[in-house]
Amino acid sequence: MTPTTLRWTRKDLLGIAELSAAEIELLLDTAESFREVGERPIKKVPTLRGKTVLNLFFEASTRTRSSFEIAEKRLSADNINFSTSGSALEKGETLVDTALNLQAMAPDLVVIRHGAPGVPHMLAKRIKAGVINAGDGAHEHPTQALLDAYTIRRHKGKLAGLRVAIVGDIEHSRVVRSNIHLLTKMGAQVVVGGPRTLMPPAIEKMGVEVAYTLADAIRDADVVMMLRVQLERQGRMAFPSVREYFQLFGLTTERLKGAKDDVIIMHPGPMNRGVEIASEVADGPYSVILEQVTHGVSVRMAVLYLLSGVHEEP
Amino acid sequence: MAKDLKPKTTILDAKQMGRIIRRMAGEIVERNRDLPELLLVGIRTRGVPLAEAIAAEIERMEGVKVEVGILDITLYRDDLSTIAAQPVVKGTRLPRPIDGIALVLCDDVLYTGRTVRAALDELTDFGRPKSVQLAVLIDRGHRELPIQADFIGKKVPTSQSEVIEVAFESTDGTEQVRILELGPQAG
Repeated sequence: MTPTTLRWTRKDLLGIAELSAAEIELLLDTAESFREVGERPIKKVPTLRGKTVLNLFFEASTRTRSSFEIAEKRLSADNINFSTSGSALEKGETLVDTALNLQAMAPDLVVIRHGAPGVPHMLAKRIKAGVINAGDGAHEHPTQALLDAYTIRRHKGKLAGLRVAIVGDIEHSRVVRSNIHLLTKMGAQVVVGGPRTLMPPAIEKMGVEVAYTLADAIRDADVVMMLRVQLERQGRMAFPSVREYFQLFGLTTERLKGAKDDVIIMHPGPMNRGVEIASEVADGPYSVILEQVTHGVSVRMAVLYLLSGVHEEP
Repeated sequence: MAKDLKPKTTILDAKQMGRIIRRMAGEIVERNRDLPELLLVGIRTRGVPLAEAIAAEIERMEGVKVEVGILDITLYRDDLSTIAAQPVVKGTRLPRPIDGIALVLCDDVLYTGRTVRAALDELTDFGRPKSVQLAVLIDRGHRELPIQADFIGKKVPTSQSEVIEVAFESTDGTEQVRILELGPQAG
């Protein structure tokens, strides 16, 4: 029971890359405390009363956006949602002008998802409000990596020393990047697996092992994280057919035998059943996929709470 | 809290603390006939060892095990927007629903009353207890809200430049209550 003496001092949460192991630990510990709030009869605390949070989603999202909204409401913040369709951006406004206009409404926090990497960073420099990256292109998705780590920690009691396999479309996944940063900082061993056509060059420089078959990737794994096959990319000839992908990289109960006996199966969603994962695995005893969604709310409450306490020097 | 604090006097040693807690336990038993129903709720951090010590005394005296809950009032504080960085949240744990039961809030020091205000607000979100009583080891005065304790270990007149430090075996490795004073430059 050593009390955490570290205090959160960042205005924004833009990525995992810049965080220290101690900061990650503080976020995960704080999320643990917020989990209990979600189990109360009244799942709401007055902590962010009077704070305004803008949710800016320039890319479609159901899970992440609802998760942030629920987290904001459970903390009693007022939230306003903007989505890409019908926004001023579509009417020709530049992103900077949109940012300045939003700033003029004096929000306390801005949650942003955008298809272009770096947009949250640009926004963070220009506005006083704290900025939370909810996914920028194929760059980072920090709250997803945090909720993944939180879920792993709840099952395994630790992160250090674990072997985590991440399998699928490594090249186009922001979830992978954030997860690699986080897991390697916390001392876990990461293996990425997938077809060569979906493996970015020099990925091993991020401190991970690379495997080109499912069996190699998940051998002795404590955690197997399956990624969604982005079907929209199939036209780019990354793999010949969905059926072939499933035959080579689809996770089935039979193939899972190579992993550790107490392996847990994760998926950031949305899942394509019968493509990257068989239903028998997704709904099976090792799956913690729906728990990830539950923990997402606690983790986002922790992020909102910690960022809201950071005030710019006058 | 990182200010320069110098110990001034020790007002209670372990023996005296034990005696006072025994007396408080007796008073709580006198006022609450239905002991198995009673719930002691310690406010983090040092209300928790106080609640546990009172529960242990009640068990010794009456042979009844009184349950202890933990309240973390951080999310209900009224000064979150003014302090520099968010305090660490450690979580609330109540062992059973609190609707209709008698409940004794326990804290080490009663000062401005703001902690108790936050605790009452938080309890309201968990249910509607039949009654809420307040037990504190030290009442040091300087209330900023209309709040008073039902069970007081010791009243200690203090100045606002002083700090009361309560130590328990389980949290601090020793049992005593001291008055500390802010250094001359501080404040």
